[in-house]
Amino acid sequence: MTHASDAGAQSFVLLRLGERRFAVAATQVAELAAPSRIFRFPHRTPKLEGVILRRGRIVPVCDVAESLLGRSLASRRFYLIAARHYRNQDESVALPVTGECELIAAEMTGASESDAPHVAGWISHNGEVIEVLNLDSLTPGDSPAAKLNSSDVTVEARP
Amino acid sequence: MRVAAPPAKTQASRTEQIILFRVAGQLFAISSASVQEVRSVDSLAGVSAEINQPALRKVRHVLQRGDKSLYVVNTAVHFGLPVSSAALVFVLRKIRTALLVDSMDRMATMTRLQALPLAYCHEERGWYRGLTALDQTVIPVVNPEGFLTPEEFAFLDASLVPPSTAESATNEGPELPQ
Repeated sequence: MTHASDAGAQSFVLLRLGERRFAVAATQVAELAAPSRIFRFPHRTPKLEGVILRRGRIVPVCDVAESLLGRSLASRRFYLIAARHYRNQDESVALPVTGECELIAAEMTGASESDAPHVAGWISHNGEVIEVLNLDSLTPGDSPAAKLNSSDVTVEARP
Repeated sequence: MRVAAPPAKTQASRTEQIILFRVAGQLFAISSASVQEVRSVDSLAGVSAEINQPALRKVRHVLQRGDKSLYVVNTAVHFGLPVSSAALVFVLRKIRTALLVDSMDRMATMTRLQALPLAYCHEERGWYRGLTALDQTVIPVVNPEGFLTPEEFAFLDASLVPPSTAESATNEGPELPQ
């Protein structure tokens, strides 16, 4: 990864999927890992390819290219391992990416109501406007927002 | 082959004996404590009866053990794998389920069971107790209770009711609850 810094701005990791670039908040990124063997087993959750073994931990591999590009990645070079927030805990997910990642500093503009749920915001870098990804929305599983709403669930009274 | 029940677990020992088995080329593990008996499919000929419920295609045979009916689950169909030629049946302990599997790979000791990652959020959460890493290979550890739901047991039990009784109760076959 290459580094850049800019006082007052947030840090983001730029990742490449095919010809497009996306960003993820650097605080969510754990590491960029070399390709390793994927272990597959039967399941019914879309987007999940299988799991990889990373430092003794089992990490699910989630192909987000289909959602972001409309097609799967033809070639992949690395796994970006990022933290995904769930209702009660955080867990790692591995995102296949095409090229090297870059750490940059930038100011984020928040997402608007018209943006897709997977867009956390936008950053501008080298004249390019780049989507900042909301991994909690982009990857399968419950979302932390469900925790906030869980107290709102009404329970039917029974005699 | 009858599988001996392992000794009760102590707090010091957190390991677990597992049986590795294959279905349509896919490797799975099951706690050996969950398996009462391993039999060849051939040995079931004559002692099993056919069930034909299109709504539950993974169960095609039932074994009568005393007053209990054990349902034989085609594991390949359950997991959505290509149907393979099963050679063995695992009769499970404490549950009225038997599993058709292709082959038994080996027995091993599991030292760590990792919960299924939360990214897996559909039916598979009931299928597996978790994942384990053995010799740098990740293997799903099946949940013996995940093959048939209570509703499916009730549906299958209802389908075994003798025709005369069933006809007096209803003219239609049982419906699998959604």
